[in-house]
Amino acid sequence: MLLIDCPFCGTRPELEFHCGGEAHIRRPERPGDLDDEEWAAFLFYRSNTKGLQAELWHHSHGCQRWFNALRNTVTDDIEVTYRMGQARPDPAEVTTQPGSVDGTAGDVVWVMADAGGERP
Amino acid sequence: MTQPNRLPGRGRIDRSKPIVMRFNGREVPAYEGDTVASALLANGIVHVGRSFKYHRPRGIVAAGSEEPNALLDIDRGSGRREPNNRATVVEALDGLVARSQNHWPSLAYDLGAINDLVSPLLSAGFYYKTFMWPAVGWKRVYEPFIRRAAGLGNAPVEPDPDEYIHQHGHADVLVAGAGPAGLAAALAASEDDTCRVIIADEQAEFGGSLLHDLTSTIDGKSAAAWVAEAVARLGTRDNVRMLPRTTVAAYFNHNHIALAERLTDHLASPPASLARERLWQVRAGRVIVASGAHERPLVFTNNDRPGIMLAESIRLYINRYGIAPGRNIVIATTGASAYQAAVDAKAAGLFVTIVDYRRRDDIGSERQRATQAGIEILDNHTIVDTDGRTALSSVTVAPMTASGGVGDAREIACDALGMSGGWTPVVHLVSQSRAKLTFDERIDAFLPDRAFQCESSAGACRGTYVLGDCLREGHETGGGSAGEAATVEGTCGTSFAAVRILPTNGGRARDKAFVDFQNDVTAKDIRLAVQEGFQSIEHVKRYTTTGMATDQGKTSNMNALGLVANALELTPPDVGTTTFRPPYTPTTFGAFAGAARGDLFDPARKTPMHDWAADKGAVFEDVSQWKRAWYFPESRETMHDAVQRECRAVRQSVGIFDGSTLGKIEVAGPDAATFLNRIYTNSWLKLAPGRCRYGLMLKEDGYIMDDGVVARLADDRFHVTTTTGGAPRVLAHMENYLQTEFSDLAVSLTSITEQWAVIAVQGPKARDVVAPLIDDIDMSNEAFGHMAVREGHIAGVPCRLFRVSFTGEAGYEINVPADYGLSVWEAVFAEGRHHDITPYGTETMHVLRAEKGFIIVGQETDGTVTPDDVGLGGLVSKVKEDFVGKRSLQRPDVVDGRRRQLVGLLTLEPDVVLDEGAQLVANKSEDAPVSMLGHVTSSYMSPNVRRDDGAEPGRSIALGLVDDGRARQKSRLFATTKDGFAEVEVVPPVFFDAEGARANV
Repeated sequence: MLLIDCPFCGTRPELEFHCGGEAHIRRPERPGDLDDEEWAAFLFYRSNTKGLQAELWHHSHGCQRWFNALRNTVTDDIEVTYRMGQARPDPAEVTTQPGSVDGTAGDVVWVMADAGGERP
Repeated sequence: MTQPNRLPGRGRIDRSKPIVMRFNGREVPAYEGDTVASALLANGIVHVGRSFKYHRPRGIVAAGSEEPNALLDIDRGSGRREPNNRATVVEALDGLVARSQNHWPSLAYDLGAINDLVSPLLSAGFYYKTFMWPAVGWKRVYEPFIRRAAGLGNAPVEPDPDEYIHQHGHADVLVAGAGPAGLAAALAASEDDTCRVIIADEQAEFGGSLLHDLTSTIDGKSAAAWVAEAVARLGTRDNVRMLPRTTVAAYFNHNHIALAERLTDHLASPPASLARERLWQVRAGRVIVASGAHERPLVFTNNDRPGIMLAESIRLYINRYGIAPGRNIVIATTGASAYQAAVDAKAAGLFVTIVDYRRRDDIGSERQRATQAGIEILDNHTIVDTDGRTALSSVTVAPMTASGGVGDAREIACDALGMSGGWTPVVHLVSQSRAKLTFDERIDAFLPDRAFQCESSAGACRGTYVLGDCLREGHETGGGSAGEAATVEGTCGTSFAAVRILPTNGGRARDKAFVDFQNDVTAKDIRLAVQEGFQSIEHVKRYTTTGMATDQGKTSNMNALGLVANALELTPPDVGTTTFRPPYTPTTFGAFAGAARGDLFDPARKTPMHDWAADKGAVFEDVSQWKRAWYFPESRETMHDAVQRECRAVRQSVGIFDGSTLGKIEVAGPDAATFLNRIYTNSWLKLAPGRCRYGLMLKEDGYIMDDGVVARLADDRFHVTTTTGGAPRVLAHMENYLQTEFSDLAVSLTSITEQWAVIAVQGPKARDVVAPLIDDIDMSNEAFGHMAVREGHIAGVPCRLFRVSFTGEAGYEINVPADYGLSVWEAVFAEGRHHDITPYGTETMHVLRAEKGFIIVGQETDGTVTPDDVGLGGLVSKVKEDFVGKRSLQRPDVVDGRRRQLVGLLTLEPDVVLDEGAQLVANKSEDAPVSMLGHVTSSYMSPNVRRDDGAEPGRSIALGLVDDGRARQKSRLFATTKDGFAEVEVVPPVFFDAEGARANV
């Protein structure tokens, strides 16, 4: 079972989470403008990376927040987790040790990732 | 009774505590500290079972968890019976009952032994080659016969009376194995008292090989004294948790380790409060694997007779248990370590002969030790055969000639044979951790190479066999500084020649040289598999079943691998190893299940009205984790009768239904309407507060995901309902879009499923029942019509009152805070008594909605159904530029494809109720493969739908998805039934009140 560092709650076992597949696949602003091939590429095609892959994770049995994780699909090491709206970190700059059990929690704040505003 | 083979003055058993266990009805006296195996051997019982395939007599081979042969049925009384226990790991207890397995009528006379005589028919893969003819033979004759013959032991039939628990453990260092390397590692690691150390060992006592080592000294102390001191020192440290009788069973991701601890099996009368086993889940900062090594058997003709054991195990039984496994022992070896067994046996007063396959020049200093002890050594000799039916009586040995042939054979009388073909490091755990293995030719073994997770190995499991080196390695791996190593006087050494099979002079067809004792796989089987073209070790394993028994080939894998390599003329690393999988040794189902049994298997979610329904005699069904009232039988009613009665009552008067399980999400915020507009297919911007709308939700692929009524309570507040099972999925879906794609919207989502109890009151008299309980809402049809929502009070309790209908009747869904659910339900029911109110369950709800053709997501839909497929195309907004799934509704296969569409199905025989899931075909006599046109999604007997002649109500109705279904109106199809086909007519999917007038009164 993986250990996953929720950016809002800290390190928790995998069974609190649900994986939502590859991250950074932006939904087109105007899906109606896409032809079938472009829509199919968005809907069905995934990179299936061997190595570091950005994934969406949902803390479904926890804070209900979705966040991103860089997971090495070969080793299952999760190099870093980061909040929605943040750019994919450069793994070279990531200092988190894989599989570390430090239990530090991220700051629990109500930030609208893109808009930057407070939640109602 | 005596213990004829007990040696005086030796062993770690407690001679002041005699016990008596039973084996096959016979009393077996023993001492505390014995295992079942040592107790049997002490009493001269060497024949303890029959083999799996050939039913050959078998004895005890090993002394530890690697035992392949001595599998016994262990009965602890009171329903505590378990087959296939290794006699070598079960601790002997007063009153314990052990029985041998796999024979009929008795252990001594087993009719199954006929298999041994016909063994040429039972070679590798025989079941793929025989039983081919006649074609019906397989099902009628062979399969039933094989099923009866297959399997080891008899599964217990009574429920397990014991409790099992799970516990999380936290360790900076977890040490797997408490032999010399493990103890040294734990001692070093726990020097720092902030370092939490767990050390676990599968045996009852810590110490591993040191417990039977009477030769070595460590810093001038005996091995046993060193162990006692080490254990005592660990015991004084608060940062150390010592777990004996605990198998480090599995190594998962991110240093997640599972340990199986046996808590009560060694107690004659365990306290009732104690769980039998505890499964530990440990997240270890670092794992030190010190799991030791297994001795390899030698492969030679008839190497499986009772009395033939591993040489080191003979040494162990002599030194640790004070037992003579035989009085006249032959040690057959290709290496040095067995010489120590011979020396120790000799010291115990037993007669010993060594048969060494190696040439004199290849034998090291161990030769001198044995000679000094007065032991005869036959070097350059092979074992040609053995004799003795249920106990070994002699071995036949022969010298190897200069040309590599086998010379003149001679018999040596003996009652025990210790074999040693070298050592195999136990790399199971590191292999489970996904570390790479590398082959070390020097010691003919696979060793841990590059670590994959934070772990390291120490001692024999990484090929370090010399005691001093084990201690030093353990010490350093545990974090101790170099140079503090102990001074060690050791044993005979461990070098060996890797010999895959001992040459023999004969070759009778029935001769067998066993590689895998537990699955009865012989060297011949393996050669045959290679001959037949199996080259990959994984294929050879599956074809011959070598290494696939419950011991996972602990003693056999390297011999099998070596034979395959020889046959293919490859080296072992070229052949590779099979994959090691958890658990390391068989682990009870109880340990895995823990407390999750019976009522605790899965959480049961109950509504506030659950007990009321139970009191009324309701039968419940499971819907996801919810317990839902299924139907309410009166007196001796059948389910069918109850459902028909409930269905009639709702249409004729009024029914009451518990809808609390419905998923509920409150969507609030200034952008709530915009958000719903993007999530649902239909439009929400113009829905006025106080109004409800049925909403349809798609996944991005355009297929229906969920549905439900949504009420607008205020401009910025919606009460969303979902299907019972879909609630968590829908919330996650909404949160996903809100947090990732639509994060510009100010909206909050709150699950309110558990906060609101829902009481559905449905039927022509619904208003008459509900209105008298409410004084702050205008209940008239004009003021509060169908699909409206009001907030007010019912029986004094705040409520959200929905005028909605899933039955087609006029009706209300009364939402009240869950704590008031039961009291409001009782108030409604009391009022309803004036109108003959009838409680109804989910089955009636299903029938009533099917009469109206309302879909159930997950029943009419299966993740490949679009709104138009189920006739709900009208709910898809043509105006909205975008919503989740909209673009996919323009996919070519959705627009142009011949889609399966929802239709109604009426059987020509009105009493025939179709099976849900039944296939629909146009032509029932078509040759296979028959063209499937669709399937039945819902099917019920309805008491309300009239027969075609209009005479009397009551006929079967069904919904189905059919290719191009709407174009097939009035056509005839055939639905498959248990006996053949039923003819059906395709009709519109609404059977009752097609114009929908009844909901609006």
